[in-house]
Amino acid sequence: MKQLTTLILALLAFSTATADLTIEITEGGIKRAPIAVVPFGWSGEGDMPVDVDGVIAADLNRSGRFEPIPQENMLQRPTEGTNIDFDDWTILNVSAVVIGRVEQTGANAYSVQFQLFDPYRRVQLVGYRMPASRGTMRRVAHRLADMIYEELTGIAGVFATKVTYVTADRQGSETTYRLVVADYDGENEVVIMESKDPIMSPAWSPDSRRIAYVSFEGNRSSIFIQTLRTGNRLKVSSRPGINGAPSFSPDGRKLVLTQGGVDGNLDIYVLDVTSRQTTRLTDHRAIDTEGTWSPDGRYIYFTSDRSGGPQVYRVPATGGTAERITFEGGYNARPRLSPDGEKLATVFNDRGNFRIAVMDLDSKEVVVVSTGAQDESPSFAPNSDTLIYATRQRGNGVLETVTADGLIRQRLTSGRSDVREPVWSPFERF
Amino acid sequence: MNATKILISTGIALLLAGCDTTPSIPDPEPDGTVYGSDGSSADTYGSGDDRYEDGVVVDYDPNDPTGGELADTIYFEFDSSEVGPDYTDVVVRHATLLANDQRLSVRLDGHADERGSREYNIGLGERRAQAVRQLLLLQGASPGQIKTVSFGEERPEAFGSDEASYAQNRRVVFNYEN
Repeated sequence: MKQLTTLILALLAFSTATADLTIEITEGGIKRAPIAVVPFGWSGEGDMPVDVDGVIAADLNRSGRFEPIPQENMLQRPTEGTNIDFDDWTILNVSAVVIGRVEQTGANAYSVQFQLFDPYRRVQLVGYRMPASRGTMRRVAHRLADMIYEELTGIAGVFATKVTYVTADRQGSETTYRLVVADYDGENEVVIMESKDPIMSPAWSPDSRRIAYVSFEGNRSSIFIQTLRTGNRLKVSSRPGINGAPSFSPDGRKLVLTQGGVDGNLDIYVLDVTSRQTTRLTDHRAIDTEGTWSPDGRYIYFTSDRSGGPQVYRVPATGGTAERITFEGGYNARPRLSPDGEKLATVFNDRGNFRIAVMDLDSKEVVVVSTGAQDESPSFAPNSDTLIYATRQRGNGVLETVTADGLIRQRLTSGRSDVREPVWSPFERF
Repeated sequence: MNATKILISTGIALLLAGCDTTPSIPDPEPDGTVYGSDGSSADTYGSGDDRYEDGVVVDYDPNDPTGGELADTIYFEFDSSEVGPDYTDVVVRHATLLANDQRLSVRLDGHADERGSREYNIGLGERRAQAVRQLLLLQGASPGQIKTVSFGEERPEAFGSDEASYAQNRRVVFNYEN
């Protein structure tokens, strides 16, 4: 097993006025490439509605792979490709130059344009223009950052994605639990559910429009599916005993979940959301829980302690014999597969510390990618390159992201709450 | 039934011996808030990492048909759902209460410490609640009188990240529902 060491490279904190989560770049094991994001030109009434180049620079910076150079170091600030002088950029050692401009085209209509250049090869790598309104301009800026990131790294950007997580605020003997949806950078935080009883295990539907979760309202566990746009929620599982660990099938029509029944024997079931029919997938007196679909829909991976400690097993989604998947370490729980189907993340007992491990399913090589003592709830970004998980900082839950190779790690600090159970959304479908 | 016997059992005697002043079972607050359900009772009995090793904590609950004179919480060893011998008497007495009055029903809340995965900890909490349930059934309680709920690590009694807190959180709590 590779135990990765990381070094502290930079401490660049981005705080925002409204967000509960702010992102600090805390650690990185690779050298970040200098990049120039030139201030965008603007023609229209008043100020530019969104600081588009600021959003792009922040996204690239948060990726951990790029380091935007300070604007005051720039020798020129072109907003059109024809005005760029490549020598002014190669002398600064920047590997790429982003320029662009925003034009107002109507009362609430704008055109956002950008171009990405390689100053050494003196070519444009990609250029694009997109329409935007005041309401969509921040998302458009994230999408431009996605295009730049993908062009330069070959990895799909996740700057326009969202995360959901649970917060717990304790005041005296009472705790308020909230289920929150926010942009990946902590902006646009929306509380979609609030309760004095625990909320657990949120899971995105593949179309990002619904979230399944467990609620303990009424001192019993039930599984709900809530539609984000309307706030409507559907109680889909409330048998006696445990109803837990929901996860959507790739087609969004089914949920894998855990039921315990009166006798408390936790097994894996598949629920057809429309017909409400439940099919039992495992029947074992051990704890079987935390089911999750493989991206191709063929298997359900789950946690079982049938061999003693918890390990990851898989069973065909249509039923069949369980097959053990994890063998390294005495504790592997909460399996999550990367969307490309190549990697398996677990909560792993690393010499007494609970950490996030990533196993390559082909080579079986295991890499421990987190460094805490109580790390939990790993969830892959839709590009399979990065994971988000919960760790602890001075007794409070905070979120971290890490690349699947363990090399770039960043902390998302919380303003007030105990934050846990982050889940990265799928790519938004436009 | 001898109600005072449990109070002077060795576990309690050990607990009290560790304190400067003799604690008493707290009165219910005027608004009916239940003592002990939020971890406040932990402070009442002084501190010391091993205070729960042998002890039986007595919590007051106005809904408790035992009048607060029977422990409502059972603590567990790490990674274990075995009801320790110190608690046999407590469980027998709860079972007797239930067997003698079929109108009584109890909800057993199972809990785990914060280590490891949350949903797996739901399983561990349930396993503890079921261990207590099985003992109650063996001692004459009826299945219809007992419900189990596992809160896993979601409702800790102690909030520290140390073994003393973990030990306080690995528990099953009796909640009588009338």
